[in-house]
Amino acid sequence: MELTLWTYEGPPHVGAMRIATSMEGVHYVLHAPQGDTYADLLFTMIERRDRRPPVTYTTFQARDLGGDTAELVKRSIAQAVERFQPEALLVGESCTAELIQDQPGALAAGMDLGGIPMVNLELPAYSKKENWGAAETFYQLVRGLLKASVPPPGTPKPAPGRWREEGRRPRVNLLGPSLLGFRCRDDVREVTRMLAEHGIDVAVTAPLGARPADLLRIPTADANVCLYPEVAGTVCSWLERSFGMPVVRTVPIGIAATESFLQEVHRVLDLPQPPADGAAREGERRSRLPWYSRSVDSTYLTGKRVFIFGDATHAAAAARIAAHELGFQVVGLGSYSREQAREVRAAAAELGLEALISDDYLAVEQAMADAAPELVLGTQMERHSAKRLGIPCAVISTPLHVQDVPARYAPQMGWEGANVIFDSWVHPLMMGLEEHLIGMFRHDFEFVDGHRSHLGDGAPSVAPAADPVHGGSATATATATLTAPVEAPAQAPQAGEGVAGAIRWSPDGEAELQKIPFFVRGKVRRNTETFARERGIALIDAETLYDAKAHFSR
Amino acid sequence: MGSPVSVSPTGSPTGSPSVAPCAEPPAAEVLRQDGQREVFCGLTSIVWLHRRMPDAFFLVVGSRTCAHLVQSAAGVMIFAEPRFGTAILGERDLAGLADANDELDRLVTDLLARRPEIRTLFLVGSCPSEVIKLDLSRAAERLTTRLAGRVRVLNYSGSGIETTFTQGEDNALQALLPLMPSSDEPQLLIAGTLADAVEDRFLVLFERMGLPPVRCLPPRRSTELPPVGRGTKLLLAQPFLGGTARALQHRGAELVEAPYPFGVEGSRDWMAAAAAAFGVDPQRVAEVLDPLVERGRRALEPHRRVLEGRRLFLMPDSQMEIPLARFLHRECGMELVEVGTPYLDRRLMAGELALLPPGTRVSEGQDVELQLERVRAARPDLVVCGLGLANPLEAEGIATKWSIELVFSPIHGCDQAGDLAELFARPLRRRSLLSFA
Repeated sequence: MELTLWTYEGPPHVGAMRIATSMEGVHYVLHAPQGDTYADLLFTMIERRDRRPPVTYTTFQARDLGGDTAELVKRSIAQAVERFQPEALLVGESCTAELIQDQPGALAAGMDLGGIPMVNLELPAYSKKENWGAAETFYQLVRGLLKASVPPPGTPKPAPGRWREEGRRPRVNLLGPSLLGFRCRDDVREVTRMLAEHGIDVAVTAPLGARPADLLRIPTADANVCLYPEVAGTVCSWLERSFGMPVVRTVPIGIAATESFLQEVHRVLDLPQPPADGAAREGERRSRLPWYSRSVDSTYLTGKRVFIFGDATHAAAAARIAAHELGFQVVGLGSYSREQAREVRAAAAELGLEALISDDYLAVEQAMADAAPELVLGTQMERHSAKRLGIPCAVISTPLHVQDVPARYAPQMGWEGANVIFDSWVHPLMMGLEEHLIGMFRHDFEFVDGHRSHLGDGAPSVAPAADPVHGGSATATATATLTAPVEAPAQAPQAGEGVAGAIRWSPDGEAELQKIPFFVRGKVRRNTETFARERGIALIDAETLYDAKAHFSR
Repeated sequence: MGSPVSVSPTGSPTGSPSVAPCAEPPAAEVLRQDGQREVFCGLTSIVWLHRRMPDAFFLVVGSRTCAHLVQSAAGVMIFAEPRFGTAILGERDLAGLADANDELDRLVTDLLARRPEIRTLFLVGSCPSEVIKLDLSRAAERLTTRLAGRVRVLNYSGSGIETTFTQGEDNALQALLPLMPSSDEPQLLIAGTLADAVEDRFLVLFERMGLPPVRCLPPRRSTELPPVGRGTKLLLAQPFLGGTARALQHRGAELVEAPYPFGVEGSRDWMAAAAAAFGVDPQRVAEVLDPLVERGRRALEPHRRVLEGRRLFLMPDSQMEIPLARFLHRECGMELVEVGTPYLDRRLMAGELALLPPGTRVSEGQDVELQLERVRAARPDLVVCGLGLANPLEAEGIATKWSIELVFSPIHGCDQAGDLAELFARPLRRRSLLSFA
């Protein structure tokens, strides 16, 4: 038994719903009680889907338990097949149905479904979570459709250059993009465009927008691109083992990663490598991030302390971009994806950090507070934590909120993705020249302390303007209509504040502190108190402050 | 999915509904449907109950699905540590490797150590905990004894196999009931969560009319429970408290029959019925309420102009559908195409059903696919429905109003009637504003 207040991932059957809803022509019969229908709103509200998810719930009730729930399952399956005429059927159960052991998949296998392929989903609800459920569903569906055409053991792998012999352009599949994933819609467009510029076609993109018949075409491609390992890792490995299809595993988020991705694709397809140095490099020509990062205004980004948390793919990518392409200092890196923890640990080790692998958002918030970052890159959960701590934040990963599904084209991958990342990570910070000017003019009478950049987030939010999370919608409702007083957000302790009781500031110390620009004053106060505590100084005066400043200067 | 329970032999399975005549006098016909339901479970009511009682914590004993549901329905993560959470059952708990009771005790001890301000802890049963027959009432007793009066531990079920959406509050209030002291002192007891501001307003009005003490269930502090006894007149602020009403009647309370306090008319009659139960002079009641009625009607007027003559379809969701339909028809001039309700409590709805126009189609339960076919066939001007259905219907060109807003908003009382009407008028007004040509 484990106490959970807010969760990063839903149950595994929600992962299965993501696959079914991402595709066309697939229907999912889910043996589940009525409350489980809440999951529909994740799609209709967060993704603003204009259709209901293709899911039929049996919605059994207590009074059915004494009777024949198996009959209810069979009736639901028969009616769903008749009404929706799917091209493939998924049958599974949620946590409660798992306990009553009707085995809906086995029931479906015994029914005449008119030849529709049926996949029996067994997703252990008490040990697995949403991303695992998505990966398993995608794998089971692809395997179910393709297992009859797996070449016999010993068949030689297709040659990497077979496209040449067949007199066609090379082609790859893009595997993994799904609804409720982070910016998948736009990533697919960006990666497809980028590959096309290199004369490479995309055979199948799945699950997003694919039909079951498209999955049957997967082996006609020369390689699979594992765009989102959380969803497509399992299926890519199976396709590699069964069909000898090579897998491109580099995820093209960031300039260096996008270049490595293109190199990997070219290698796998037996194409000549793109130019690897100098101004001819594609990243330099195609994205603005390298120049924007070198331009003088960006010098203020140097060494900005950044705390990163998200799914493994986006967190690890963000850490490398932050450290190498923006010149930030990564002071914390972690992920809730236990399945991909190894990748995050490796990325952390490169930066001399220890990765935080946890799905306890309070532990993440504490780590964030302890790291005293100037910018947080995280999920919707970290956005809320950062807001409480008064730290600017950009969202880089699921779980997401309706505002993370923008109307505009906003990929994370490829050249345009790098542009989007530069803008969306830098905008929450104060602009360089602006920061400089505020420091210069702060003694002018027009200057009101507490003035903030129109972009900036200087102080902890006190106004509890209800902040919608992934609930989407229910959310906005509450925001708009709660007129009864809203509970003040419990303030998480600022780092060091808890033990600061024994330490006092002398009048000249306080006076000196007030001369420091307000947007760094909190950090200076914390650092100075930490410094004083470590040295057993009970009264902080101006000298202590400057001693601390010298100690912490970088 | 599933087949309708009571279908007349001529009833076609889709489109035109099969209607079974209602056994009781009300003018409404009732269509019973038993198929796929698109309704939240009772756990959802934690979202407003925890705000009503800031010294209470709601601990769902359930699965990751329960945690995800409450979080998605609440959708508002403004609390660093919310006063609700889920004890997620793991494989070890199910396999009996870990004694679920020991685990629960450990978790509750940790939780209360972290949250010393909590005075009442509700253990909330879920679908999985009901199916594995985890005895939360024994757990609650055991923990109450162990915590030696510091924290009271109560339990109720919010499981989706037994409760829909607002029924969770009915069960939560019944869990509080045994702790209510007995007293035969005359009092008016209002049952059902109201927004604090709305409740304050009602208390002032009842005082002006000269009623004896007025008390509320749930109270604002979980430990300050009102008494109940033979002097108690019970007035329901919400239409989904059938179990609570019966239990309070069992303790001697007398139920005041009244429509529910939605709209000017409903709110007026609701307050007037309470006053009459205490023998307050109708003249005095009129003096207090008439100005409110007059002002309320003025506030309604602009919205009535938008809503009048528009056709309304209510999907079953919050159990408030019948009183809302009555308000929207009688005071806003809307035509009722279908009034869905998750379940029909004839006793609590008798007065409301009598106010619906003759021949109104009331549907009980749900078969969502068939119901959506009726929506498409009828092309109503506005559909009241849950969040899972709203955007898909909008995409089909049908305006919608999310029902969940109705349980979060202060909508009770004469002074709120204009705001309540505005919630329904807004989607229509918005449609008339938008143009992309």
